[in-house]
Amino acid sequence: MARLIAKSALMGLLPVTVGGISLTEVETGPVTSIAPFKGQSRAVSAVLKERVGLRFPPVNRAVAAGDVRLIWAGKGRALMLGAKPEGLEGLAAMTDQTGANAVLRIEGEAVEDVLARLIPMDLRSTVFKTGHTARTMLAHMQVSVTRVGADAFEIMAMRSMAGTLVHDLEQAAKGVMARRALG
Amino acid sequence: MRIPCPVCGVRDRREFTWGADALALDRPAVDAGEVAWDDYLHNRENPAGPTRDLWYHDACGTWAVVDRDTVTHAVHGSSLAETARAGKAAAGKGRA
Ligand SMILES: [Zn+2]
Repeated sequence: MARLIAKSALMGLLPVTVGGISLTEVETGPVTSIAPFKGQSRAVSAVLKERVGLRFPPVNRAVAAGDVRLIWAGKGRALMLGAKPEGLEGLAAMTDQTGANAVLRIEGEAVEDVLARLIPMDLRSTVFKTGHTARTMLAHMQVSVTRVGADAFEIMAMRSMAGTLVHDLEQAAKGVMARRALG
Repeated sequence: MRIPCPVCGVRDRREFTWGADALALDRPAVDAGEVAWDDYLHNRENPAGPTRDLWYHDACGTWAVVDRDTVTHAVHGSSLAETARAGKAAAGKGRA
């Protein structure tokens, strides 16, 4: 039997550093889409609370407990990262999304300026706080954006877009840094 | 132009795809007859002013009914298509 080598979505593309901006790949562990069936939202939330200590996340929010994270991922849907959901059979539609997304962390003092060039949303910390998440677009790509720290965001895009995602972020970072260098 | 998604909040128009006149929500009964179905499928107003249409928020997967004005470009509000009625747009339809 052939020995297959697992390759992450951003292998060979990251890490990248531009001025004070760093891009690194995020190791998510298992990823599962959870979409509660009609009328089962409360039941799903109760099971999640019991099993992993987290409720189904509200709209535009991401929650975490230890290594397990739940990221709101669209109308009636969330992604579980870091563990496989248990006890939700018959309560929610679940789809394994492990490896389907390229997930990166972008960090640095100028991170808001970089993202402002690509994402048509107000991501300033006064509006978009740690734990806030959004489904939006970055350049022409559908993405999930989550603030994970004062100067750090996590961005998730379809794996097939990994190269474009890194390219667009790198170009935007170079632009911001070049402009700052002019004073 | 910015459109309020009833789920996510106000977002850039680029995140949305236009779907149809909101009267698409007023689907005739199966046995409503050819005239009603012809009207439903093919006849549309072309209003200058208040307009009600369906938009899809690509980012989150929500269909919304959006009230806007084609003259002023003002966007007045939106609601979930799954619970909305075609409303005002429906009153303007019909050449049957
Ligand atoms: Zn939305």
